Amino acid sequence: MGQIEWAMWANEQALASGLILIMGGIVATAGQFTKWYFGVYSIGAGVFVCLLEYPRGKRRKGSTMERCGQKYMTKVLKVFGPLTRNYYIRAFLHLGLSVPAGFLLATILGTACLAIASSIYLLAAVRGEQWIPIEPKPKERPQVGATIKHPPSNPPPRPPAEARKKPSEEEAAGAVGVSGGPQENPVPVIDEVV
Amino acid sequence: MGNWVVNHWFSVLFLATWLGLNVFLFVHAFLSYEKADKYYYTREILGFCRRTLRKQLDHNLTFHKLVAYMICLHTAIHIIAHLFNFEHYSRSRQATDGSLASILSTLSHQEKGEGSWLNPIQSPNMTVEYVTFTSIAGLTGVIITIALVLMVTSAMEFIRRSYFEVFWYTHHIFIIYFIGLGIHGTGGIVRGQTEESLNESHPHRCAESFKHWDDHDSHCKHPRFEGLPAESWKWILAPGVLYIFERILRFYRSQQKVVITKVVMHPSKVLELQMNKRGFSMEVGQYIFVNCPSISYLEWHPFTLTSAPEEDFFSIHIRAAGDWTENLIRAFERQQSQIPRIEVDGPFGTVSEDVFQYEVAVLVGAGIGVTPFASILKSIWYKFQRADHNLKTQTIYFYWICRETGAFAWFNDLLASLEREMEELGKVDFLNYRLFLTGWDSNIAGHAALNFDKATDILTGLKQKTSFGRPMWDNEFSTIANAHPRSVVGVFLCGPQTLAKSLSKRCHQYSSLDPRKVQFYFNKENF
Repeated sequence: MGQIEWAMWANEQALASGLILIMGGIVATAGQFTKWYFGVYSIGAGVFVCLLEYPRGKRRKGSTMERCGQKYMTKVLKVFGPLTRNYYIRAFLHLGLSVPAGFLLATILGTACLAIASSIYLLAAVRGEQWIPIEPKPKERPQVGATIKHPPSNPPPRPPAEARKKPSEEEAAGAVGVSGGPQENPVPVIDEVV
Repeated sequence: MGNWVVNHWFSVLFLATWLGLNVFLFVHAFLSYEKADKYYYTREILGFCRRTLRKQLDHNLTFHKLVAYMICLHTAIHIIAHLFNFEHYSRSRQATDGSLASILSTLSHQEKGEGSWLNPIQSPNMTVEYVTFTSIAGLTGVIITIALVLMVTSAMEFIRRSYFEVFWYTHHIFIIYFIGLGIHGTGGIVRGQTEESLNESHPHRCAESFKHWDDHDSHCKHPRFEGLPAESWKWILAPGVLYIFERILRFYRSQQKVVITKVVMHPSKVLELQMNKRGFSMEVGQYIFVNCPSISYLEWHPFTLTSAPEEDFFSIHIRAAGDWTENLIRAFERQQSQIPRIEVDGPFGTVSEDVFQYEVAVLVGAGIGVTPFASILKSIWYKFQRADHNLKTQTIYFYWICRETGAFAWFNDLLASLEREMEELGKVDFLNYRLFLTGWDSNIAGHAALNFDKATDILTGLKQKTSFGRPMWDNEFSTIANAHPRSVVGVFLCGPQTLAKSLSKRCHQYSSLDPRKVQFYFNKENF
């Protein structure tokens, strides 16, 4: 089990706990149970936990599968820097968030699950793991086709000297835009950058 | 759409029956609580309650996952319903308005010894949390739900694929889950009126006059209640026994001695192990579970057998793809005098056994996914050698898609000898194979272009040239469909999911709706 990144599992567990907190909170609030205000807290805490845990961190080895649409929350999380990077902070945050929900039966399951997620995060923090945001890859320039590797660096091969017209005759023929110099192109060359 | 139905009608029927049965049981239990007489007073105190249903484990992973989702769904419904129940119990307990509900709630106190109570909340000061954690049902419920959540989060695809050990060890919590589930109902919290009490004071007669139950001259006495017996054990028992039996069998089989006769290290980090075990017999394309106690006591990993049944040993090819496989390869690389002990369980069957049932077989293997087909092709070679002409198969199209050339090496000899074999027997069109190199670069392409007119392929030395890039399945399928207009073609894949989708789509597309014309059947195996 040497290469386990506990934070990945803690992340799944915390996300599930957030959802359970939300569900329990809705049941308690909608049913107007006694102490239903704990249910309201639970919904709020659940939503917060879900948003915090939604963007998956980058794995140290191998590629990471992003969750759908997580790049928006990734940006928000990056703003908080060490607060979101450090797993010790997350562990204690989750532990703290889970306590008030423990006073109501409907949300107590959320408390237990979030507390477990918190302990797995603690384990991850002790092992030195960190939350690394998944950066969007820079879009590669679209290739024209695999056969075109580089534009040619040399001019096309010239016909042998005998076949070449004499420069004076060319000018007399009224060729347009021929500039004197080492290279005479019969047709003006237009460079197309793709 | 028509093609999809033809290909999947059995699974659909099975699932529809199972779901229908679930729905029926659910509704039946629900109606029983809703309507039956003995629950009249229970209903008064509560809303209505529901019961969890779940079916048991099966060998098929997909069905297992489906059952798991059902369990989760029903657990959620069950918990929410009981939350409401407890809340109503609590309210009834605390009601002081002398209503029927409050009278019923106080019932236990006089006859506590007989346990003829209805409301589990015994006093107005007791909170629902207290009752939850001091009753069997509540405590077991919380424990097993936490176990369920842990099992589900560690079984998410991402965790399972990346950190298999976490999933495997955590999933063993199911033992706690099922034991807790069996105990869960033994507290008898859900109560109904006893038969005897129903005869004596039926609620239809007596409910109205609840204020007079204490009077000596009233016809109606206090109703008596009993808890429902626990029933979940009835559901768990048979499958649980089957599972325990299977684990014992697995343990027994693993204790048998496995002799490693040959170890070959192939390029591209592929390890081949040839082994012998007493009483071991296999069919083509089957797989075994392998355990190496010196690496991990509890982990069993599946590997497809790459040898043919006709050989006197069985072999597997293992590629480094994670902790366990890397450790295993390293252990064998060290070439100590004492090679690590291996335990083997199996063989278990997969769809590859069906290859010889089809007139025309299309075999597609991606990378290391070629292993079941290695077994099949070897078996063909042996069958031809022994002139076994009972094969139903007339033609085989074999596609091997690979990223790098190194991985070809160990399979080369097999294909080369098959080439020779077919030529000798004059059956050149029995086996048609195409090799596709998807990880090519301009160097390789240039090389291939230069050697275009050589008789053998520069990479593999085979007569059949290696193609570059991925196969164009539309072309392949239409060629096959045209070449065999009246045959049933079996398509077998061992490879990634995306390829499976692509092939399965083509199978539906190129199968003709007329059942007498060409039909493609897609069979997939994936671990």
